[in-house]
Amino acid sequence: MMSSHRLRKFHGRLMETVCLLAALAAVVPLFAFLWHLVAMGAGAFSPALFTHLPMPPGELGGGLKNAILGSVLVVGTATVLGIPVGIGAAVFMTEFARPSLTSALRFACDVLSGVPSIVMGLLAYQVVVRPMHHFSAFSGSIALAFIMLPVVVITTQEMLRLVPHSLREAGHALGIPAWRIASSISVRAAAPGILTGAILAMSRIAGETAPMLFTSFGNPFLSMDPKAPIATLPHTIFTYAISPYEDWHRLAWGGALILVLGILGATLLSRLILWWHQRSLNS
Amino acid sequence: MDAPTIVTSELPLADLAQKLRPAAAVPPELAGAPTADDVEPPSAQETAPRALFEDKYHRSTGRFADRVFRLATGSCAAVVASLILVVVLYMVKGSVPAFRDHGLGAIISPVWDPTNQKYGALAFLFGTAYTSLIGMAIALPLAVLTAVALVEILPSGLAKVLSLAVELLAAIPSVLLGLWGIFELVPLVRRFEISIYKSPLGLRRLPIFSGAPLGVGFLAAGLLLAIMALPFILSVSREVLLQVPRAQREAAYALGATRWQAIRKFILPYSWKGIFGASLLGLARVLGETMAVTMVIGNTPQIKASLFASGYTLASVIANEFTEAPSDLAISALISLGLILLLLSVTLNAAARIMLFYLNRSAGAPQVAK
Repeated sequence: MMSSHRLRKFHGRLMETVCLLAALAAVVPLFAFLWHLVAMGAGAFSPALFTHLPMPPGELGGGLKNAILGSVLVVGTATVLGIPVGIGAAVFMTEFARPSLTSALRFACDVLSGVPSIVMGLLAYQVVVRPMHHFSAFSGSIALAFIMLPVVVITTQEMLRLVPHSLREAGHALGIPAWRIASSISVRAAAPGILTGAILAMSRIAGETAPMLFTSFGNPFLSMDPKAPIATLPHTIFTYAISPYEDWHRLAWGGALILVLGILGATLLSRLILWWHQRSLNS
Repeated sequence: MDAPTIVTSELPLADLAQKLRPAAAVPPELAGAPTADDVEPPSAQETAPRALFEDKYHRSTGRFADRVFRLATGSCAAVVASLILVVVLYMVKGSVPAFRDHGLGAIISPVWDPTNQKYGALAFLFGTAYTSLIGMAIALPLAVLTAVALVEILPSGLAKVLSLAVELLAAIPSVLLGLWGIFELVPLVRRFEISIYKSPLGLRRLPIFSGAPLGVGFLAAGLLLAIMALPFILSVSREVLLQVPRAQREAAYALGATRWQAIRKFILPYSWKGIFGASLLGLARVLGETMAVTMVIGNTPQIKASLFASGYTLASVIANEFTEAPSDLAISALISLGLILLLLSVTLNAAARIMLFYLNRSAGAPQVAK
């Protein structure tokens, strides 16, 4: 029989092993996904993926040019709409609003960021699609802008809060007007962080599919008209994935690889920007 | 074992600084004359000693530009604040025709047949609840144990790498997990289901294992939801564990506890409330997940206890049927399902945030004193 001391040591070791196994299990899906993605996606990867339009069902070949360009247009428009408003709101919250208003706004953003993206799609449908009487790229951008807005506000506000108050006080002591303190001191000092947040928000909306189903709707042809339905990469991947055609499955994996490379690239880029910034602050 | 105090110390201090700002920025004897817009309480820029250092040019242009800037940023904030009202208003407005037609009672009817104008939501409510339950039952223990491993056990370098990996998992769009689900997870699940079906113990006679081994269904959807909820619950739980004061750990070791005893008896009890908040947030996220679930759940509106049965959720029926809705009434019925989702997620999120907020405050208090 083991002594109580050894018993509890053994028990501790055992439970710690369980924790470590859990940590291992937590990352297994990521690697399983990436493994499968690279294996399937690499086979589909070719220049034609970027330069060709999709073929009708049953015909081999074709690419995702329309979906890639469509995603760039829709996400780009959403970014142009969402980021300035988000940053403006965050600046107001940290620089001008009183603390109670700031926390109320923050609470609203936290709740908004938890609203399912499909609900934001339904909102865009009612606000844009219904009055216009047809699906459009623009309505997709509006849906994505709704989704990214709270995310941008939250990250920007966090970054602005990290700017030391002594910097702002130095500005006040020099008699600099408040708007210049906000724009040239606070926002400037937090710029790398704000940029990081913006990139992360973009990469989050780039993969959104549910709201696109009834806003941008999809389009088998190349279209760059904001008033017309448009294909987006995640939506096309969804359509192809649930189709019965082998060749469309191949294209779906190719598209998935493009999307993941874009998103992982953006995530790593944002981390790199932050790391750079921190290093330059420390030196 | 060193508890990085960034998260813990910073929040209360920032709040403190915010409160102290007007007073700290300017000693009262230097404060300028009260200004025209007395509606706002005097903030730093108005009480700043501009009279001492500023020339006339700066005063006039600065004050005008200040107002414009404040107005511009303030209207951005108003847009954000009104978005939440707008979304609730429009979802209610869009659901009105459906509620007027078949009343609130339709929520508990199991028959969904838009072509014959039957709009019962019960099967979808069941599907959402069942898949979320499966997802949370898998993700919650895994996330808590992983958080313990990351914060308490693993060396910080390795913990950082693992956290990054889990963060990347969170960045993978739902539709891609669905794609992976269709081609890899569903066949795996089907193999598991076949082994249960053939098992000599007669497991398939249990209600939760009954039915044909299709692969698609509640189990596959629940597994994907677990994968999606995990990073979310993990990151909040990790922060909660990091907030446990150092003294709590030191006290445990001083009493001769092993590391596991310190975790089990001193650190986790301190964190349960926060972890509960984390799981509410995870649940709110899982409820509204659409694409991955739609791709693997089988899309059949039925209420079955079996893990292997096909089902349907609130979000996936909206995704599948919205553009093919046969009538305006059907669209309105789908929007009313969206309203249910919205209300669920807003309630859960608000409850969790309020809980975590009070927790932060009480956890922060002794640290300020320290």
